[in-house]
Amino acid sequence: MGIHVIKMPDIGEGIAEVELVAWHVKVGDIVAEDQILADVMTDKATVEIPSSVAGKVLALGGEVGQVMAVGSEVIRIEVEGAGNVKADGGASAPAPSAPAATVAPAPAMAPQPKADVPAAPAAVPVKIASTSAAPARREGSNGSVPAHVRQAGDKPIASPAVRRQAWEMGIELQFVPGSGPAGRIVQTDLEAYAARAAQGGAAVGGADQRYAQRHDEHAVPVIGLRRKIAQKMQDAKRRIPHFAYVEEIDMTELEALRAKLNAKHGKERGRLTVLPFIMRALVLAVRDFPQINARFDDDAGVVNRSGAVHLGIAAQSDAGLMVPVVRHAEARDLWSCAAEVSRLAEAARTGKATREELSGSTITITSLGALGGIVTTPVINHPEVAIVGVNRMVERPMIRGGMVVARQMMNLSSSFDHRVVDGMHAAEFVQMMRGYLECPATLFLE
Amino acid sequence: MDTQHTTLLVIGGGPGGYVAAIRAAQLGIATTLVEGESLGGTCLNIGCIPSKALIHAAEAYHQAHRFTGDATLGIHVQSATIDIAQTVRWKDGIVARLTGGVGALLKKHGVKVVKGWAQIVDGKTVDVTLAKPETKPMRIQCEHLLLASGSVELGLPGMPFGGRVISSTQALSPAAVPARLVVVGAGYIGLELGIVYRKLGADVTVVEAQDSILPLYDEELVKPVANSLRKLGVQVHLGCKVQGMNAAGDAVRVLDGAGHESELPADQVLVAIGRVPRTHGWGLEQLMLAMQGRALKVDDQCRTSMRNVWAIGDLTGEPMLAHRAMAQGEMVAEIIAGKRRHFAPNAIAAVCFTDPEIVTAGLSPKEADKAGLDCIHAHFPFAANGRAMTLESTDGFVRVVARRDNHLIVGWQAVGAGVSELATAFSHSMEMGATLEDVGGTIHAHPTLGEAVQEAALRALGHALHV
Repeated sequence: MGIHVIKMPDIGEGIAEVELVAWHVKVGDIVAEDQILADVMTDKATVEIPSSVAGKVLALGGEVGQVMAVGSEVIRIEVEGAGNVKADGGASAPAPSAPAATVAPAPAMAPQPKADVPAAPAAVPVKIASTSAAPARREGSNGSVPAHVRQAGDKPIASPAVRRQAWEMGIELQFVPGSGPAGRIVQTDLEAYAARAAQGGAAVGGADQRYAQRHDEHAVPVIGLRRKIAQKMQDAKRRIPHFAYVEEIDMTELEALRAKLNAKHGKERGRLTVLPFIMRALVLAVRDFPQINARFDDDAGVVNRSGAVHLGIAAQSDAGLMVPVVRHAEARDLWSCAAEVSRLAEAARTGKATREELSGSTITITSLGALGGIVTTPVINHPEVAIVGVNRMVERPMIRGGMVVARQMMNLSSSFDHRVVDGMHAAEFVQMMRGYLECPATLFLE
Repeated sequence: MDTQHTTLLVIGGGPGGYVAAIRAAQLGIATTLVEGESLGGTCLNIGCIPSKALIHAAEAYHQAHRFTGDATLGIHVQSATIDIAQTVRWKDGIVARLTGGVGALLKKHGVKVVKGWAQIVDGKTVDVTLAKPETKPMRIQCEHLLLASGSVELGLPGMPFGGRVISSTQALSPAAVPARLVVVGAGYIGLELGIVYRKLGADVTVVEAQDSILPLYDEELVKPVANSLRKLGVQVHLGCKVQGMNAAGDAVRVLDGAGHESELPADQVLVAIGRVPRTHGWGLEQLMLAMQGRALKVDDQCRTSMRNVWAIGDLTGEPMLAHRAMAQGEMVAEIIAGKRRHFAPNAIAAVCFTDPEIVTAGLSPKEADKAGLDCIHAHFPFAANGRAMTLESTDGFVRVVARRDNHLIVGWQAVGAGVSELATAFSHSMEMGATLEDVGGTIHAHPTLGEAVQEAALRALGHALHV
C-alpha cells in the first residue's frame, strides 16, 4: 500500500492560486481513476480536478472556500503498490495540506463556512416549528422564544383569566406567542407581548403562521463566484466615482424595423431582440467618443482607449452574475451579434464559458429585459469606464406634433467613470445612441 | 298606556335572563326583567332541577325496592312503597326554594321584575301583558333589549300533546305512575325520564327513529347505558317511526325499519323528541332578525343583527344548556357595561343524567378526527377504580382525547354512576389549556372516581398505573 498525493495542477495563464469551491469525495471514499474529486475556480472559470489513480481517500487538502496555491496538496489517496510519496511519508506531508487528523472528523460533505465564521453553528437551518412528540418543552419564562408556533387556524390556548385580560388590553391572542405547555399563553406572555408592542417592536408572531416570528438564520459562505462578484463590485464602487445618466428613447421605429426583419429573416437567421440594435448603436457611438470605450489602469494612471469594441454582456447564471464578452462587436452585423450573445449566455449559464470568453471587455451592456424597470444605476465593470443599462420598453402616450400618440418608450440608464469621462461627453454619447436608435436607418448609413 | 323606561330590558327569567339581569344590576345598569311564569325558566321549573329531583327519588325507591330481594349489601327491607304525590310535593318544594331564591337575588340587586308576557313592538319597545288580568298592559322602552325567551318542547305532528300524550313538563309532575309508558325519543330527556318511570314501577318502552339510543354520543359511551336499560327492563325499539295513536287512543302505532306496523299499548305517551327555540308568538318575527336555522343568529358577543338587541341561551340554538345561557348572560351584561368580552369557551361540558350518567366536554375521538386533528385517546375503566367498586357501579370509563403533537387535551368523555361531577375537572382542564402531563401530574385524591381522570391521562401517555 502506498500513498498518492494529488497536487493542485497548473491551470495556466500564470494563475498562482485557485479557490476550492466543492468537494465531490470525502475521507474514506473509494475513488476510481478519472473520478472527479473537486471543483476549483480560477478567475471566472470552474475547473474539475480528476483523480489520476484509484484508491481510498485518506485526507482532503483544504476546505471549501479556501484559496489554494498551485502545487499545493489537494488530496491524499491510499493506492495499491507504491504511491508517489514515501510509505512513511505521512509525517512528511507538505506544509500546505491539513494533517489528516484535523480534517477527518469533519469531512467536507457539503459547503461549510470556515470555523472562524461567527454564525457557523447556525449554518444548518433550525426548524423552530417543531411538531415533534416531545411535549411541553418549556422555554425561558420571558417568552422571547416561542416554544410552539401555532398553525394557521389553530385556536390560541389561554386560561379564561388570560383571555379576559387580553380582551381588556385589546390584544388578539392569536398573535401572542405562548410559552406554556402546548403553546399555552400565560400571563407573562401577554405582558411581554404588550411591552414589545409598546416599544414599537415586532408586535406580531406566534399564532398565525403567516405572521410568525422567525428566529432561524442561515450562514451562507461567500465563496467561489460569489466572492469574485463581491470583490469586483467592491473594487468598482471603491475606485470609481460613478455618475449616472438616464435618457428615454422612442423605440417605435426601431420596433417596426425589428418586426419587419424578423418577419423576413427570422426563420433562417434567427429572431432579433432589441439588444443587437443597441449593441450596434453603441459601437457606432463610441467611434466619436473613444474615451468611453476604454480600460482605465488607475494604478498606472493610463487610459487604454480600445479600437476594438469587446462588449461585455451582463448575464445571470445560477451561480451569480457573469459577464461574457462579445469580441469585436464592431465587426459583427445584427445577426452575428445576436448569435454570439445567445451562445455566450448559454455558455455562461451552463458554466461552460472559457476564461477568454469571460474577460477582456472594453465596455458593458446590462439588460434585464422585461425586468428592466424604469431606471437603474449600473455598476461599472472595472477597469472599464462606462456601462449602458437597458430599461423596460413600454408603450406610453407621447405628444408628437401636438397630438397624443402611443409610442414604444424605453430608458437607457448609463454609468460613467467621472475621473475620465466628463458629463457633457457622456450626455453627448447617450444622445448619439438615442439618435441611432430613434432613426434606425442611420444604423446602416455610415 | 303606562310607559316605563329602562337601560336594559331582559325578556325571560330563565338562567340566561336572570343571570344577565343580576350582573347588569351589579354593574350599575338600570335593568328590568319580564317573565310570564315562575322565575328560573325551563331549568328550575320544568327541566334540570325537577328532573334531577325525580331521578334521585326514583333511584332511592329503586334501591329500597331492590333490598326486598337482593341482600348483597346485607340490607333487607320488608317492602318498599312510594307516595308519588309526596315525591312531587318534595320536588316542588325544591323548585319553589330555588325560584324564590332567584326572585330574592333579583330584588337584592335592584332588578325590576315585571310579571307578564312580553310582546315586542320594536327593537327598543316592548309591551307587557301583565299576569294579573285586571291590570292594564304596560309599555317598556329600553336602550338594550336582551332576548332570553328559551325554548319549547317539540311536538310530534299527528300526535299533539293532550290526553295520554304528555310532554316532559307533565311527566315531571305525575299524579300517578302509569302502568305502561311509551317514550318517543331516546335522547337524553326521554331516557332520563324513561328510567325514572321504570324505577318508579312503570313498564317503559322507548321508541327511537334513529339506529341508536342517545344518537349524539358514540357507541362506546352509550353501551353502558344500553346495558343498564336492559337490566332495568326498559324495552327499546330503534329505527322505528311513530305514526300516531291508534283509533282507540290507547296504543302508539309504530312503523319499524322493515315497514311493519305494530301497536304499543300505552297508558301514557311521553314525547321527548327535542326542543326548539321560542321564536314565535311574542312579536320577535317583526324585528326581522337574522336566523340560523330555527335559532336566532348571534355573533361571539351574542349580538343579533339589530344594534343593541342581544340574544342568549336556547333562543340562540344548540347546545341548549343552562350553564351556556348563564355565561352568555353574564357576558352580555358586562359588554353593555362597557367591558370587552367575548363568548369563547374552550369547552362547554354536557351531562346526561341517565343511569349511568354520561358527561362530555370538547371533542370525541371521532369529532377530533373530523376536525382534522391528529389525536391520541385513552380510556380508563371504572372496573379498575376502587371507589367505583364501593359504589357498586364499575360499568363505565373515563376517556381523554389529546393532540398527538403537543398533548393538549381537546376532549373528555366519561360514562358511569356519578360521573356528572367530573364535568368540573373536564371543563377546568380544558379551559386552562391543560396537557396530558398536566392532568397526569396532578395528584387526584384517593379513593375517588376522579382518579380515573388522572389514570386516563397517564394511559394516553403510555404509563397508566392501575390497568
